[in-house]
Amino acid sequence: MKIYGVALLAACFLLGKFLGNLLGKLININNDIGGVGFAMILLMASSIYLRKKGWLIPETEKGVWFWSAMYIPIIVAMAATLNVKAAVSGGFVAVVAGIVTTIICMLLVPVLSKIGRNNEIPKT
Amino acid sequence: MEIIEKIISKNGLVFAFLFVGIIMLFSFWISKKLLRNKIPGVAIAILIGLALAFTGDKKGMADIPIFAGMAILGGSMFRDFAVVATAMSADISKIKQAGLAGIISLLIGVTVTFFIGAIIAYFMGYTDAVSMATIAAGAGTYIVGPVTGTALGASSDVIAISVATGVVKTIFTTIATPLIAKRIKLDNPHAAVVFGGLIGTTSGVVAGLAATDEKLVPYGALTATFYTGIGCLLCPSVFYLILKFLGF
Repeated sequence: MKIYGVALLAACFLLGKFLGNLLGKLININNDIGGVGFAMILLMASSIYLRKKGWLIPETEKGVWFWSAMYIPIIVAMAATLNVKAAVSGGFVAVVAGIVTTIICMLLVPVLSKIGRNNEIPKT
Repeated sequence: MEIIEKIISKNGLVFAFLFVGIIMLFSFWISKKLLRNKIPGVAIAILIGLALAFTGDKKGMADIPIFAGMAILGGSMFRDFAVVATAMSADISKIKQAGLAGIISLLIGVTVTFFIGAIIAYFMGYTDAVSMATIAAGAGTYIVGPVTGTALGASSDVIAISVATGVVKTIFTTIATPLIAKRIKLDNPHAAVVFGGLIGTTSGVVAGLAATDEKLVPYGALTATFYTGIGCLLCPSVFYLILKFLGF
């Protein structure tokens, strides 16, 4: 049943958030420190484990796939409900930060491309 | 009219599904027909979302009663839930396929982007650690930004800036990739794997590579899919703490 997939997702989500908040508490910052990231790792790990055991059937997975496919529409809804009027003054930051970071990363492509390449393709 | 308003206000979330569906349909139509897939439909949809937010104030268009459901659909609970669900498509065997260069480029991509983004945010007047981290995370992808911002308690306008930063990156990547490809030797699968890891915005990487050489698309997407997950893990935790540690 699809709900098993949704329930698995919910379990990973809540446990991840719990770990995030626990970590925040431990280091005295009362925030959620990486909870979504923990939840993603939990979901990856549990789905691999359950697949190996043969317990994760496609029907169950569909419950997770649905939510996975919903994330772009949800981001659109989120974008429409942000305080953009107050953010206009920061619009320039968005353009500068978005473009500068991208250019720098693009320029790193030829540098990092060298890694592992020589091992895979022996020089002739 | 009164009846319609009553139905919508009582079923806000359902109306939001319909409304966002229409935005998506419209955005992908524009992307395909008017822009010949030069700019991904996803980026257009988010831009339309941001533009619609101008119709309201603090809560964007959700300030208008009939659109109140948009705040439920776009709230942090559904958003984080859906983002976590995307981890399902991340296949561990694929990361092995990407190899060492793929993993290193992912880590360097997320790290370099975050800290350069944070420096830019700082020099442009966002000097507190939470705002810096949120905007810098947005320079990663438009998902890492709001996830980080919500986790750290950033204000809605800073989160809006982080989303806009991510959207700028997506559009810029789409346009710039085919122009810069030769110069950065982006002409083989190995370089595409590295490129995907460094840039990370999946929609931008896919659209940019498609405009460069369609054969490279799957290689770039391979690493880019992991970027948001790694960003959501590192930005609100280790990276934020480093900013704190540095005294911001």
